[in-house]
Parts: sequence; structure tokens; C-alpha cells
Amino acid sequence: MLHCMIGRVAGVYNARSATGTKTVPPRVSGRGATGGCVLETIHGGCPMSEQVDQGRRQLLTAATLLTGAVGAGFAAVPFLASWKPSARARALGAPVEVDISKLEPGALMKVEWRGKPVWVLRRTPEMLQQLEGIDDLLADPGSASSIQPDYARNPARAANPEFLVMLGVCTHLGCAPIERFRRGDAELGADWPGGFYCPCHGSKFDLSGRVFKAMPAPTNLTVPPHTFVDDNRILVGEDQARAA
Amino acid sequence: MLTKKIVLLLAVLLPVPAFSAGGDAKLDKADTDIHNQASLQRGARNFVNYCLGCHGAQYMRWNRMAEDLGIPEDVLMSELMITGGSPHDTMRTAMPADLSAGWFGKAPPDLSLIARSRGTDYIYTFLRGYYADPTRPNGVNNTVLAGTAMPHVLAHLQGLRQPRYELREVGGRSEQHLVGFDAGTPGELSEAEYDEFVRDTVNFLDYVGEPVKAKRERMGVWVVLFLLVFWVFAWLLKREYWKDIK
Amino acid sequence: MMATDSTTTAKGGLLGWVDARFPLTRLWNEQWGQYYAPKNLNNWYLFGSMSLLVLVIQIVTGIFLTMNYKPSAAEAFGSVEYIMRDVEWGWLIRYMHSTGASAFFVVVYLHMFRAMLYGSYRKPRELLWVFGMLIYLVLMGEAFFGYLLPWGNMSYWGAQVIVSLFAALPVIGPDLAEWIRGDFFISDITLNRFFALHVIALPLVLVFLVVAHLLALHEVGSNNPDGVEIKKTKDANGNPVDGIWSHPYYSVKDLMGFAAFFVLFAAVIFFAPTMGGLFLEKPNFELANPMQTPAHIAPVWYFTPFYAMLRAVPAFFGTQVWGVLVMGAAVIILFFLPWLDRSPVKSIRYRGPIYKIALALFVVWFVILGYCGLKPAVEPFKTLSVIGTIYYFAFFLLMPWYSRIDSYKPEPERVTYHAH
Repeated sequence: MLHCMIGRVAGVYNARSATGTKTVPPRVSGRGATGGCVLETIHGGCPMSEQVDQGRRQLLTAATLLTGAVGAGFAAVPFLASWKPSARARALGAPVEVDISKLEPGALMKVEWRGKPVWVLRRTPEMLQQLEGIDDLLADPGSASSIQPDYARNPARAANPEFLVMLGVCTHLGCAPIERFRRGDAELGADWPGGFYCPCHGSKFDLSGRVFKAMPAPTNLTVPPHTFVDDNRILVGEDQARAA
Repeated sequence: MLTKKIVLLLAVLLPVPAFSAGGDAKLDKADTDIHNQASLQRGARNFVNYCLGCHGAQYMRWNRMAEDLGIPEDVLMSELMITGGSPHDTMRTAMPADLSAGWFGKAPPDLSLIARSRGTDYIYTFLRGYYADPTRPNGVNNTVLAGTAMPHVLAHLQGLRQPRYELREVGGRSEQHLVGFDAGTPGELSEAEYDEFVRDTVNFLDYVGEPVKAKRERMGVWVVLFLLVFWVFAWLLKREYWKDIK
Repeated sequence: MMATDSTTTAKGGLLGWVDARFPLTRLWNEQWGQYYAPKNLNNWYLFGSMSLLVLVIQIVTGIFLTMNYKPSAAEAFGSVEYIMRDVEWGWLIRYMHSTGASAFFVVVYLHMFRAMLYGSYRKPRELLWVFGMLIYLVLMGEAFFGYLLPWGNMSYWGAQVIVSLFAALPVIGPDLAEWIRGDFFISDITLNRFFALHVIALPLVLVFLVVAHLLALHEVGSNNPDGVEIKKTKDANGNPVDGIWSHPYYSVKDLMGFAAFFVLFAAVIFFAPTMGGLFLEKPNFELANPMQTPAHIAPVWYFTPFYAMLRAVPAFFGTQVWGVLVMGAAVIILFFLPWLDRSPVKSIRYRGPIYKIALALFVVWFVILGYCGLKPAVEPFKTLSVIGTIYYFAFFLLMPWYSRIDSYKPEPERVTYHAH
């Protein structure tokens, strides 16, 4: 900048360039009303096309834009990732231990895990019998399109058939189904094999949470990952395999 | 009344920011290395063994620490989380604050951010600055924080130094001046070993103050290099286009 | 508005559809694409677009911070640590915002200094300068309100001191301070309203002022390092001969400036986010404690020149108000710069030795004042602050006189430019 301040004389335009001294600098050719140069539509400006290495210009434009796009992509990651569950959310969503020592046969207990009701149903042999011979009535008897850990992809939908661990959240719109365990329930008719009934839109599930045909709910109720720590304790939220 | 208070506040705060009593002490360089994982692991052990009894680190999660420091979960549970709990928990002290406030005169501060608010040099010098002082309730004093309420928890490691005083005439009165230390009761560690012990602990506190620090510095190299490449392209592009301008 | 080359004939495609309903192409061409900027703008002219970039960074990171920040005395400090530790990448977003605050002032100060170098505030750009000063004023407010939000001990006492400045005003002072706080001390209530001002009210004003600043700039046209109007020499089409379209020429140049900014910005964020206590101060890693002032209290660096002036003024007639008035005047006087400068030429290139020396000393004393403001009010900083304050005001108040008697070189007819 300092060299600009030295030796400036009024009226004399004394631009020193590498090639020598010019009194009046040439204008950018082709710019303005003349229009119609190659790059105008892309860049809005008109270079001196006769002297410009268009290849180099396009290459550098591409390189800069590409690097910029990659950089913008990297920069977006932190902002998008900051919406993932935080360490605190994960801490609060940590596996929940359930004491099943006092759960009587045929009884259902509810615990909360990740803000959802989790059912633990201790099924009697009679209740397990109620699961048999109704496959024709079910939409997904083999749990092929339903969500459960592999160790619960069976008619009982449980690693240990006696204990059904399931999210009490209807797969239709998220209501909490209510228990209708008795065969031939007064409300649900004489052929009701026993199970769960969603009061919101009438979806019906059997005692393994398998949905009946032609119900609003598309799939069986979800079985969360769970582990039998010992005879008296279930850990909801952690898979069987890790403890085994 | 209020006016008076505000004027007083202004008079105190604005023209003469007070010096802290302990702020002037010359601090030794902690010379810690946040990238030294072995040191951090030793520091974690020291922290759990000697600090956590009274001080918590309420913002530091156990599992985060284990992951960052390369401590396997079973070791975390058996060696560090001796009192049990979930690995997701934060490192809280078992000591209730109201009780400890009664015992020490003030509750031991949380150490989550101590390395950020005081600096590593301060803690390093402080933990090495204890000496015997029978006039204090807990029998010790400190060169960095005179009259500290914290007992010398590490005395059996460092030993207890005996101060050497000199009487000096100040303004016609003779005052005791601390001029050096005698060996006193020896500890289990040599001086160099004790310095290492404290350095590891301070290193860990530095980590606790900002768990992402090591990762941030490693990542920063790549970010800056990438941006330099971007700058080079942008600069070449600018030069290319400005060839038009005569 | 200057003549543009934009075709007004109907265009097809989506752009044509939009243009028939909204002046998108016209706005782009008038405000940037075909806006004629002098071709001789040097690197000092990068800081304007750079401040816009920092504004965008601050708004985006700020929005993401509010998603996890809790504006309450009980939760604020913890929520900042939550962002720093538990939120994925929260530390980076927070450091971008805290570093961005300082970066904002760095580029704005350089931008303002450029205006002083080349007389960019001179007629017909007085209003442009006033809008700029208003932006600076709002920015100071943003910085002040935002600084309380982490609810650290320095946040707390910083707010305490600044609000107390208002209390020093005669008659209304104490009631005013109480009104600002909404309480008898800096409390949860104060924090909550500062939060609202920081994240909604002032950013809105800021964006509005930035738009006004840019509209005013593109109305009168950019100044340049020679301080000669490019509109004086026009070609047959009525376009300035020494003007070039901002796009692509200043697009690529500003992009280069952005890239350079990002390199430095990232270097600070990743290697020195606290800048040794200059950007994030040590006592602010301690929870706000109304019972204990930090041992050494100073504002963040960008306020310290004015803080030093505040402290330089002694109390007399039993009140501290003079320091407050001097500090306020130090900011307000900048507004009048366009009318204080009486030099026949705009640019420092053609100004005489008096202004060159005066401006150089101004920079030196401004930096010294800033340094003194960071230091305790002991010697030699006390004396330096007094001298600096006197110089600061003398620079402005004597400007009508010395800028007139100063010698100058005649300006060229046209801007000077060396192709490179």
C-alpha cells in the first residue's frame, strides 16, 4: 500500500504495471451493454476471452466449489449431529432393571423405559395355550415384519416363554392397549382368545402381542431388547446376547 | 440506601480491582500432557482414591471418562466405581455437602472445572505447597492458598515439610517470613515421584475440565489443513479472475 | 440507483416465473451482481463482507445453542456445561459462538479503521457511517447481554458493574438500574430478560441495520483507497469506467477473504478457544457467586479501551458519573466523525503528515487503552489510561482544526490500479 502513496502527481495517472506505464488503463472488454460473452450467463461477468485460459478458470472454479461444498458438508455434521440424543438422554435411557421376583403368574407389571410403558407379563401355562391354534386369525403370526430381538421371534415372542416383555405402545398410532386376558371376554365376543385391546382404534392383539388380521395396527407390538440377569431380575434395554 | 450501595460498589470495583491474596504466589509449571493416556489413567486412579471422597466432578460421566481414557468397562466397574452405580452416572462424591461444610468450614468445591477456572499450574503448585503449621486447625498451611481449609490428604505420600522462618523488620515491627523448608516427616514417595503423582492428577483434572480437549487438538490439525487447501484454491481462483482487470 | 445492464425482457424457466412476481434478478444485479465497485479496492475492503459472514455464523450457532441452553439462574451454568460435554458436537458450536463474538469485534474494528484510512465516512457516505455506528452500538449490546448468559462469576460481576454504571447517572440512576435488572440484584429475572434481548430483540435490530447499511452503500457506491468517486468518470453507457461488477470479481475476492478468515477462526477454535483467558475468562468457569467478586475483574478485550477511559476519570463532586459520561462520549463521538473531518481529500494516500501521525498515534493509544483496561488500575496503567483518554478525545475534537491546516496532495482524476 505504501508504494501507492509515493510519487502521486495530480492529473497524471501513473499506473505502474509489470509491462510498463499506461496513461489510461484499458477497460474490461466485452463487459456491460455489449454483453454476449461466453461466461456471462454463468458468472455475470465478461472476461477478456481472447486472453483467458477458460480451462484453467473452469478447473479452479470447480476445485473451489467442490472444496467449499465438502467443507460445508463437514460443517453441517456438527449441527445435525447435535440433534441426536445427548449423553444425558442416553444416561436417562439406560437399561432399566425390573425385579420380577414378586410378579405372580398371570399378572402384568408396567415399568417405564425411555419414556414408554414396558409390560412384563408372567404368563401361566393356560395363557401360553391360548396362543396356539390361532395363527389363521393373525396378521403376522411369525413376527416376520414386526420389531423384536431375534431371541423373541417366536410364537411366545419371548426368550423365556413365561415372561413376555413388550412395549405397551400400539403400533398403529401409539396409544396404550389395555389387557383383556380372558378367553371369550364379554366385550370382545365369545371367540376372543384373550390378549390386548387398543381402546383408541380397536386394534386387537393376542397374549404375545401379535396383531389380529384386518386391524388398524399394521404389526405386532414391539418387544424391546431385554436380558434375564438372573431368576429374579430382567434388564430392559439391553440385549440377551451381551449378558450371555 | 441503594444509591449508597451502588456508589460503594463502583468505588470498590471500578477504580481499583482488588488483588486476590493468593493470586500473587509464583506458580510452578505443571507441564501436563493431555495426550498422554497413561498419565491420564494414573490421574484417574489418583482422583478416585484421594479426591473423590470429598470432591465430586458433577459434570463428568464415568462412561465418557472410561471411553476417552481407554479404560475397559469391567475395570471401570471393579477398580474405579467401587461404590457401584451406573456407568452413565456423573462422578459425584459420596460426601453430603452440608456435612462436609460443617467439618471443613466450607463444602469442598466440585472439581469439574477447577483446571479451567484456576489453571493447571495453580493446582500443581497448590498440591505440592503444603507445610506444617501448628497454628492452623488442621495443622497444615499452603504456600499457594494461605489458610486453606483443605487438610493435607496426600501427607503420607509427600511427607510433611517443616517451614523455616526468618524474622524481618518491617516498619519497626518484626515479622515472620517463610524462607524455605526442612525435610520434616518423610513420605512414601520421593520428591520426584510425588511431583509425577501430582502431575498425573492435575493432567486428569485438566481432562475433566474439558473432556474433548485432546480430540479437539487432534482434529484441529486436519480442519486447518483442509481450510488452507480451500484458501489456496480460492486465492488461485481470485487471481485467475482478476487477470481481467487492467 | 445506478444504471444496470440487467435485461428487463421476459425470461423463461423458474427464474423467469419468479422474476415476474418478485424482483429477484433485479435485486441481485442491483445489490451485487452488476453493482459497480471500484476496481482498486484492496484487502482492507475484505472486512465488510467478513463481518456479514461472522453475523451469519453467530446467528446459526446461536440458534443451535438456544436448543440446549436454559435461561435460568438455576440451570444456565449447568446447561452450558451440558452443551460442552453431553450434546454431540456441542463444544464446537459453543466455541464457534464464543470465538465468533471476539471475531466479530476484530473484523468490525478493522472495517472501521479502514473507513478512517480512506475517509469512507465522508460525504456522501455520512449516513452509511451512522448506520455502521448503530450496528457497532447494537453489537456492544449483544456482547454485553450475551456475556451474562453462561452465568459464570465473570458474567455475573460484569453485568453487575455495567448495570451499576447506569446507577451512577444522577437522579434517575438507581431506579434505572433497578428497572434494567427487574430485581434488587442481578438475578434469574435479569438473566431471563437479557436472554430475550440477546437472542431475539437485538439480532432483529442488527439484521435490519445491516440491510440499511448495505442499501445505503449500494445507493452511494463504494469508496476506495484513492477516495475519488468512480461515478465522476463514466463511459458511453453511463457506467463508471473504473467500476467492475462485484460478481464475479469481488465474489471470488471475498471468498478468498472468507477462506483466510476460516483458517484463523478454526485455528483459534481448535487450538486456543479461550485465547489464554482473553476470549473465555478463567473466572467464568466458576458458577456466578453474588458473595464473591473475581479477584481480578475486567471486561472482555473488545470493551477494554472504553473501560480504561471509564477508570481514567476520577470521581469529583462526590460522584462517579463523570467516568460513565466520558465512556459514553467516547462511543458517541464516533458518530460525528463525518462532520469533524474537514480535509479536502478523503484518502490517507493524499493526506498530509499531521493526519497520518494523528491516526497512527490514535491506533497506538487505542491499543494501549485496551491493554490498560485488562490490567488492574495501578501505575503505570493509570497514567497511561489518562493520557490515552486525553489523546482519544483530542484526536476527534481537534480534528476540525488539524484536518484543515494539514497539507495534502492533489487527488488523481481517476483511481489508481496496478494489474497483478
